[in-house]
Amino acid sequence: MKVDPTFPRPVFDGDSTPFWEGLKQHELLIQQCKDCEQYIFYPRSICPHCFSESVSFVPAQGSGVIYSYTVVHRAFGPFAKETPFVIGLIDLREGVRMMARIQGPREAVAIGKAVRVAYHDVDDELTLPAFELV
Amino acid sequence: MSSERIAAIVGVAESDLGETPGKTVLQLQAQAAKAALEDAGFEKGDVDALFTAGNWAWSPNLMLAEYLGIQPKFTDGTNIGGSSFEAHLGHAVAGIRAGLFDVALITYGSTQRTDRLRQRLSPYVTLSEQYERSFGLPTPVGAYALAAMRHMHQYGTTSEQLAEIAVATRKWATMNEKAMMREPIEIADVLSSRWIAEPLHLLDCCLVTDGGGAVVVASKAAAARAKKAPVWVLGHGETHTHNTISNMPDLTVTGARESGKRAFEMAGVTHSEIDVAEIYDSFTITVLLTLEALGFCKPGEGGAFVSGQRTAPGGDFPMNTNGGGLSYCHPGMYGIFLLIEATRQLRGECGPRQVEHARLALVNGTGGVLSSTSTAILGRD
Repeated sequence: MKVDPTFPRPVFDGDSTPFWEGLKQHELLIQQCKDCEQYIFYPRSICPHCFSESVSFVPAQGSGVIYSYTVVHRAFGPFAKETPFVIGLIDLREGVRMMARIQGPREAVAIGKAVRVAYHDVDDELTLPAFELV
Repeated sequence: MSSERIAAIVGVAESDLGETPGKTVLQLQAQAAKAALEDAGFEKGDVDALFTAGNWAWSPNLMLAEYLGIQPKFTDGTNIGGSSFEAHLGHAVAGIRAGLFDVALITYGSTQRTDRLRQRLSPYVTLSEQYERSFGLPTPVGAYALAAMRHMHQYGTTSEQLAEIAVATRKWATMNEKAMMREPIEIADVLSSRWIAEPLHLLDCCLVTDGGGAVVVASKAAAARAKKAPVWVLGHGETHTHNTISNMPDLTVTGARESGKRAFEMAGVTHSEIDVAEIYDSFTITVLLTLEALGFCKPGEGGAFVSGQRTAPGGDFPMNTNGGGLSYCHPGMYGIFLLIEATRQLRGECGPRQVEHARLALVNGTGGVLSSTSTAILGRD
């Protein structure tokens, strides 16, 4: 696959590598704090709820609801040719929120609708999470 | 008003605005700084504290101070986006209260319209922004669109209500010869302007301009030597809630709920005493959320609050009286211009757009993607 060289690529780091490697295997990993048991997204080295350093990656169930969304009509760089497209903020069942594209007909997209994780393989090195209406 | 008189704004000025080809950010700030000091009746040698924010150097304070020939005894480069300058004002008051300096110079400059730097995307996204940037959300507008969509869902807010803000703000701009957009618009014009990111249309969005500004803040003793009557900083507050929009705790509530509460408490005034409001209008939704968060109306009632051109000239809530970021100028970070206009209103310098008998002004900056807010309440004697 040939990806636009200006496509903004995540730089995998000490926090994010397990998350991105999981996506490559079509698995959505989030973190959970072993002390306060709250879920955490995005990945980090310390729990933002209780400041514990005992945080570990766990598989998310992959389902959630649309908290908000926008239909993008003017985008920049490599995204300009993809408009219009839908980006949502998804509240996962575990209680964390993440941004992703929402796939499927835009007319059907609405706040509160249930969605399920899908995987968008950008190339061999990068898979992005996406969500589809259920 | 129960607040102590600790420090006052004594000088304000803009640089050239709009399109400034050939000018650098340093030139714009030098021009504004000189004019603001002249407005105060002060000289460069009076300045002992320097505040600036920008992304035009790895350390804007070092570069600007060297360029202007200032060796400050207090320096602050707090950068929390467009609200940085209200935060600078609060920090200047705190420093003056602590006796650390007497005269602070706050500056800002940007040549973003000429440079077209704004949308240059880096092909690599690091640290905690890597979980958002690959989806193609245009920033900042896409983030504000997400907030607007949520507010509409939760409270039934309409595009017409958001458009009321753009239309009222344009009416003020028609009375400001420095404003870039001075042709009156109707609600239908906003609604028929093209989509940028639903539910925000082009005319829900601020301008992209060049420009700079400067504000001189003085201790009570120094203010007594100034040319013009002091505009006292009666209260201030600041906070930030998130960096990326996914991490905003509630898309309908900005940090102004906290920063505004502290500013009102410090000033010892109530909402009904505010004569004029300068509210950061990066987008129409920014204003609506801010009015609710500040407590001018209840959560969800912002749409009704701004209806009927309430914030326009002649309305009972004069707001963004220079034409705002929507119609006057918006050089990337707009917060310093809110302070400039509030000061001029309280001095009675605004000519055809002057709010009669303005004694108390509220200024609220918002930065990032609804990330930071800082609030200031200003008053004249």
